[in-house]
Amino acid sequence: MAIGVTNVPERSKSSGSIINDPQVRGIFYQAITIIILAALIYWIVDNTVDNLRRANIASGYDFLRSRAGFDVGQSLISFTSDSTYGRALLVGFINTLLVAITGIITATIIGFLVGIGRLSHNWIIAKLSLAYVEVFRNIPPLLVIFFWYSGVLSILPQARDALALPFDIFLSNRGVAFPRPVAGEGAEYTLLAFIIAIAASVFFTRYARQRQLATGERLPVLWTVLGLIIGLPLITFLVTGAPIGFDVPVAGKFNLTGGSVVGPEFMSLFLALSFYTAAFIAEIVRAGIRGVSKGQTEAAHALGIRPSLTTRLVVVPQAMRIIIPPLTSQYLNLTKNSSLAVAIGYADLVAVGGTILNQTGQSIEVVSIWLIVYLSLSLATSLFMNWYNARMALVER
Amino acid sequence: MARTILTALVSAAVMGVGSYAASAATLDDVKAKGFVQCGVNTGLAGFAAPNASGDWSGFDVDYCKAIAAAVFGDATKVKYTPLSAKERFPALQSGEVDVLARNTTWSINRDTALGFNFRPVNYYDGQGFMVRKELDVKSALELSGAAVCVQTGTTTELNLADYFKANNLQYNPVVFEKLEEVNAAYDAGRCDVYTTDQSGLYSLRLTLSKPDDHIVLPEIISKEPLAPAVRQGDDQWFDIVSWVHYALVQAEEFGVTQANVEEMKKSANPDVQRFLGVEADSKIGTDLGLTNEWAVNIVKAVGNYGEVFDRNIGAGSPLKIERGLNALWNKGGLQYAPPVR
Ligand SMILES: N[C@@H](CCC(=O)N[C@@H](CS)C(=O)NCC(=O)O)C(=O)O
Repeated sequence: MAIGVTNVPERSKSSGSIINDPQVRGIFYQAITIIILAALIYWIVDNTVDNLRRANIASGYDFLRSRAGFDVGQSLISFTSDSTYGRALLVGFINTLLVAITGIITATIIGFLVGIGRLSHNWIIAKLSLAYVEVFRNIPPLLVIFFWYSGVLSILPQARDALALPFDIFLSNRGVAFPRPVAGEGAEYTLLAFIIAIAASVFFTRYARQRQLATGERLPVLWTVLGLIIGLPLITFLVTGAPIGFDVPVAGKFNLTGGSVVGPEFMSLFLALSFYTAAFIAEIVRAGIRGVSKGQTEAAHALGIRPSLTTRLVVVPQAMRIIIPPLTSQYLNLTKNSSLAVAIGYADLVAVGGTILNQTGQSIEVVSIWLIVYLSLSLATSLFMNWYNARMALVER
Repeated sequence: MARTILTALVSAAVMGVGSYAASAATLDDVKAKGFVQCGVNTGLAGFAAPNASGDWSGFDVDYCKAIAAAVFGDATKVKYTPLSAKERFPALQSGEVDVLARNTTWSINRDTALGFNFRPVNYYDGQGFMVRKELDVKSALELSGAAVCVQTGTTTELNLADYFKANNLQYNPVVFEKLEEVNAAYDAGRCDVYTTDQSGLYSLRLTLSKPDDHIVLPEIISKEPLAPAVRQGDDQWFDIVSWVHYALVQAEEFGVTQANVEEMKKSANPDVQRFLGVEADSKIGTDLGLTNEWAVNIVKAVGNYGEVFDRNIGAGSPLKIERGLNALWNKGGLQYAPPVR
């Protein structure tokens, strides 16, 4: 055991044997783990294939190209019973994304409002926020979903007696029906103006920042941006002669026909997930703001910075560093909770996948697709939030 | 929902790490366990529904009992697994249940790709539509534009798509996984139409808040031969489950009833004697893997096919379904048993 003895003592003084070399041992254990893992995976795959064959159950991913044969109630892309199982899964995936993204945005807004509300000096606002958090945090999300769904179904009128709201919006237990804008001739100019407005806003924001760094002067960024984004397309729209028509919902024999409809399934799932998750976000926000030392505020005041600016420029940026990591896991939770959609018949990835699983009997394939999709969604969310977190992190100068 | 995912995962896991017992003798397993694990629906009055004290009854439940009676001579040796449309197939594939007696349509896809075996049709059904009377709809062809409530994982949702496509009608499917969710949604007016097997519609109508406000439309848009299902690869068990049905039908044909079965053992008719296992040196029951008393035990437990039908879904039940296609072959129906010899 003389080999290498000369440099071993630097790391391990106990003995000259390789067995006791922590590095060698580390590699050894890792190799063993990998071998066991590989053997286990091989065994599972082999066994699965073998069992499926013996049970005469079809396997493989070819079914994704077969005709689905069923219809889906809610779809953002065109889908008929002649489309493939693969496309049906895509419909489900898009529906999952839709409810996850809209839910995350709304939950974040409500969560921040309630979280800040809990720290309010106004007694009523603080207590209302507290009540909100306690109520929604302590009810299982499935119940919240049922609550909204049966609420929507039982409170809203039947389709034939739909509540007519202004602007041809109709509310019934079949959902909200509203006029769908149909672009007329020349509508593309308005779209163009909108894109130009966004580009201009980006430039202006950058310019304003540079100028502030150079001269200390602050430009009215918010108002300019709002003016650009709303004003420019609006003016173009009017100048080109308001080239837009509307497909207005009208009462049919059974349902309202025409227009766009947001069904009660989406509405209740979206409301439930947003309200439920917002309760947790509110607590995270409160903790984040509380976590910023009081000295920061006092220092800002001592420097003569106005209170509203202190919150925006001193407290919130520091609080964000505390808020973002736990916020990420709330976003992941919301996305995963969206699979509770099955309970109320919203065609998300799990619901559609379940139907396919049932029609084809290919549980392993469908389950593997579920796992991969949810894993990818979670990883994508985490990556984005990590990037955002890095941006917000303290830059040491 | 959580349960479906769970069943799917379990069945995936069983396929992955378990040793699949397709060829193993289900009969031996059942005897070793001491009961038949029977997959039934979650609650469809007349077919399978638990009462307040948790005792199951219904047409499908009687098949479970009849199988237990054939195997053990004791109709109580059954355990029930309530399964939604979506859960039933993974449950049978993974071996969670020994047999599925759950208004399940025999189709080529289920017979092949899903790995099941079906044989005797114990109820000839077809898909129908139910609507509110106030809509004043007389035919399914007037349903264009309607919202239709349907349970997922069924042949129903496939037939629905085909029917509306073939007739060039528009519809908006509202799809649920659990029967009670479909019922609640239809009852609350979320949809205009409820579609499923017609037998199911008659049963479901009785659970609505105002049954008389709804009518079942005359159209039957599909063939739904409902049959008990078993896993492929176990011919003996397949034979037993099949012959339990044939025995019920044969008993009706012979006029053997729950009340007179002991009496009939003394019949001079050799066919009846053979059927009831009193023929000298008969091997019919033992060749099935059962005892020669098997048919007697079945009839003693649940009666003959006609009795099972009447008690649960026919004239003697609230559903009052006519025998129709389910009458015996010699009475204008399709129920027919191969000879017991
Ligand atoms: N026969 C059709 C439909 C069977 C079916 O699931 N019917 C529904 C509605 S009648 C049912 O029994 N549901 C009971 C449950 O889910 O527990 C099939 O095999 O796909």
